[in-house]
Amino acid sequence: MSDMEETEGPEGSVAPHRVIGTPPPTGWLIGPEDGGADKSREVEVRGQEVEQLEEPLPSESDYPSHAARAEKVVAACFLIAFIAGCGFVAAYVGLEIGGNVPPGANVVDAVLRSNLALGLSLSVALLGLGFGALIWVRHLMPDVEMVEERHDLRSTDAERAAFQEYFEEGAASSQFVKRPIVRRTLMLATLPLAVIPIVALRDLGPLPGTSLRHTVWSPGRRLLVYGTNQPITAAEFSAGGGMITIVPEGYTDDLDALAKAAVIVIKFRPGELHIPFRYQGNTLIGSPNWAVDNIVAYSKICTHVGCPVALYEQTTHHILCPCHQSTFDATTGATVIFGPAPRPLPQLPLATDAQGYLVSKSDFTQPVGPSFWERG
Amino acid sequence: MSDPINVPKALSGTGSWLDDRFHGARGLRVLMRKVFPDHWSFMLGEIALWSFVILLLTGTFLAFFYVPSSAEVVYHGSYVKLDGLKMSEAYQSTINISFDIRGGLLLRQIHHWAADLFMAAITIHMLRIFFTGAYRKPREVNWLIGIAIFSLGLIEGLFGYSLPDDQLSGAGLRIFEGVLQGIPIVGTYLAFFLFGGPYPGTQIIPRMYIIHVLLIPGILLALITAHLFIMVHQKHTQFPGKGVTEKNVVGRPFYPYFMASGGAWFFFIFASLALLATFAQINPIWLYGPYTPVSISSASQPDFYMGILEGSLRMMPAWEWHNFFGHTISWSVLIPFALPLTIILGGAAFWPFFEQWATGDRSYHNTLDRPRNAPIRTATGMAAVVFYGVLWAEGANDVIADKLQIPLYTVTWIARVLVFVGPAIAFIVTRRICIGLQRKDKELLEHGLETGIIRQLPDGEFIEVHRPMNEEERAVLEAKKVPALLPAPGSEDENGVPAPQARGAMGRARAIANRAFAETVVVEPNGHANGHGNGHGPAAEEHAAVRAGDGHAELPGGDDGHGGDGAGGDGSGGESGSS
Repeated sequence: MSDMEETEGPEGSVAPHRVIGTPPPTGWLIGPEDGGADKSREVEVRGQEVEQLEEPLPSESDYPSHAARAEKVVAACFLIAFIAGCGFVAAYVGLEIGGNVPPGANVVDAVLRSNLALGLSLSVALLGLGFGALIWVRHLMPDVEMVEERHDLRSTDAERAAFQEYFEEGAASSQFVKRPIVRRTLMLATLPLAVIPIVALRDLGPLPGTSLRHTVWSPGRRLLVYGTNQPITAAEFSAGGGMITIVPEGYTDDLDALAKAAVIVIKFRPGELHIPFRYQGNTLIGSPNWAVDNIVAYSKICTHVGCPVALYEQTTHHILCPCHQSTFDATTGATVIFGPAPRPLPQLPLATDAQGYLVSKSDFTQPVGPSFWERG
Repeated sequence: MSDPINVPKALSGTGSWLDDRFHGARGLRVLMRKVFPDHWSFMLGEIALWSFVILLLTGTFLAFFYVPSSAEVVYHGSYVKLDGLKMSEAYQSTINISFDIRGGLLLRQIHHWAADLFMAAITIHMLRIFFTGAYRKPREVNWLIGIAIFSLGLIEGLFGYSLPDDQLSGAGLRIFEGVLQGIPIVGTYLAFFLFGGPYPGTQIIPRMYIIHVLLIPGILLALITAHLFIMVHQKHTQFPGKGVTEKNVVGRPFYPYFMASGGAWFFFIFASLALLATFAQINPIWLYGPYTPVSISSASQPDFYMGILEGSLRMMPAWEWHNFFGHTISWSVLIPFALPLTIILGGAAFWPFFEQWATGDRSYHNTLDRPRNAPIRTATGMAAVVFYGVLWAEGANDVIADKLQIPLYTVTWIARVLVFVGPAIAFIVTRRICIGLQRKDKELLEHGLETGIIRQLPDGEFIEVHRPMNEEERAVLEAKKVPALLPAPGSEDENGVPAPQARGAMGRARAIANRAFAETVVVEPNGHANGHGNGHGPAAEEHAAVRAGDGHAELPGGDDGHGGDGAGGDGSGGESGSS
């Protein structure tokens, strides 16, 4: 903007005449004293305290004809950006979406059309600005390379010593060191305050209690087919068929209940099922007697981290969790054959009620879903 | 030189008014003249910065319309395929943003793409910082701040894409809950307190919302501000080159150059994100449906930055301790959750201090290392990249198995082996490549560049003419700094006392690490000019003559004194006949 180099030395800086290259008084970007002081003072202000080490920036482009061409390109870019920006507003006003589309029109198409118009106009506007600015820097501004000195980050020893000295003076004059009773009671006073934020979070939720050990399955609760919410009889199953997702009657919309109680049911051909009696401690956790007419029910919640085990390969009877590929053999009590799941899927004891519908004989006899510390 | 520019009254008035009150002229002028070195890799951090700005802008817009509530509603909106479905208000409002708010879909997609770009840019920016040694003194604190920004970005992203409460993100949240439960002692309580009771509950959406829109962005903003202020205060690092020293910065001033090019860069990044949002659909939540814990779709994948966690969960074999003093420890959850990120992020945080300890180098570093000149660092970095890459790819093992027709379990087994073997191979190979490149640099410095021109000497010998490096090239090649050797393990002074640094197990470990760090290909400074002809007998003079005739004279001074140094080194410099 101006030539700092010209204002050399104290004499030069207080020279009465206007310094070469500096703008007239009215042109000060930052004038002294509301811009009204006399000229000599201004020059003084301008000259003093300003380090004299910098080169002035060049004001002329290195290649004037090239710059003239670049100027037109930059202007064109900005013009395009302007038009595209107006286009965005036009598209916003002109293209209705959602409830405002004419009846019968495709809502998705309308949204995609609007998205295309708005996105494209916004992109072009931004690109216009970007290219304009870039060409401006590269082709209009004269090329400069400046060298700036790095100053030591470390304070001088004297500065450090002075700091330390004042710090110690302050410590002494605050009496913090001298009066331990004040110091210690202060620290004591802050202790509970530091704990309060943690204590205050206690009411974020109830304690787990035994809630992870139970689901809503109970003796005689009907198995409803997920989606239709209809009960199902053993006879309605086709042997060797697919896997059906089951929800408990009375809880079909309760996500908290379903997050633990979702069940998968598979019917096997006679002789395919080889579920052994399995125990955890003295508790029976898997039994061939829990199947009804070769129909067996397992928890749908993976024992790894709780994804629904939603994939079933009929030919191999493998149940696969799509999240982390834990694989369970459905014929042997959903034992783990691959992947990170540490336990078989819990088996739900099945029975039939008076109408022949499938019901649960009891709740799961072990916690379903992922492991937790208190699980045992 | 420059013509005076008449500053408009409005500007000059405002400037004076502000300076009367804030005394800004002096400080601002220094800031305006701040020199920024020019290198493409310095724009990586800027991508992250501008992505963050765009995230704030678009996020504010989305927050006007998003409803952070798990309350159940029945949808009767304009997207008829979901008509009559029960869903949360959060999901409904996200559908409405996409289908009923003009520009809503665009800004939602820009927001999501910007989050991905933010994390990707930080990752690559961190790799650049690491491989060039820019984290060294005095910039360790900024390196740690960067790691904190990256870590917070992970959580911010996870919470962000979970907010729509769609089927896909719900699965991610379920995994998050399952992992929380797996933490020993406090896990169950953490999960219950975060979710306000049993999973999923109705509390998690509003809680994630306030964390996502206020808490983490606030911390991120503070950290990013600190990151930038420290960078400006300590000044930018720069690559070695002619005129570049540890004591200066060579580049262009902030005002007007960097301001304009930085502004252009912002527009380009914004435009790229807008183009992605226009043409590349991301997270079409209306196709996934509302969340229910009963369902899931196959090939469920999180956003890419979560891939490493997803992959480690998939890779881990089943391993659990039952009845550990009456408790369960689920290693198959704990290890993949905690170990890989601890290795990557903890290792990154630890590294600058480890390197200082191993090299004994406590000096300031403002010029960057070329990766080849720090083989151990580069090899360690590549090992980390491979480690991360294997885990990340394993996060899509089902997709890989499907697309490449490899059995799923085979993919997982390959990953299980590669996660250990891959980094080791990467380390060895990278180190060899670095040393090979150093040899090449030594060649170039000592003998110049092979020109492909073959000359025949009067006695019939054929030689290839080498072009000496020019000044700029020499400045780059000679910028190599080698860590000083610490006392060797077991070394003792004349009284039989081991050096203090080399004592004990830590001392021995340090000496070994130091030997590894200090390994280098020694370049004999300028020894090429005079010593080279040695061994060629009578041809030596001709040799030198030919090379001189091909521009050798350009070289400054030749520094003959170094001929002797070379001879001391390995004797190849010899008592050169040509000098």
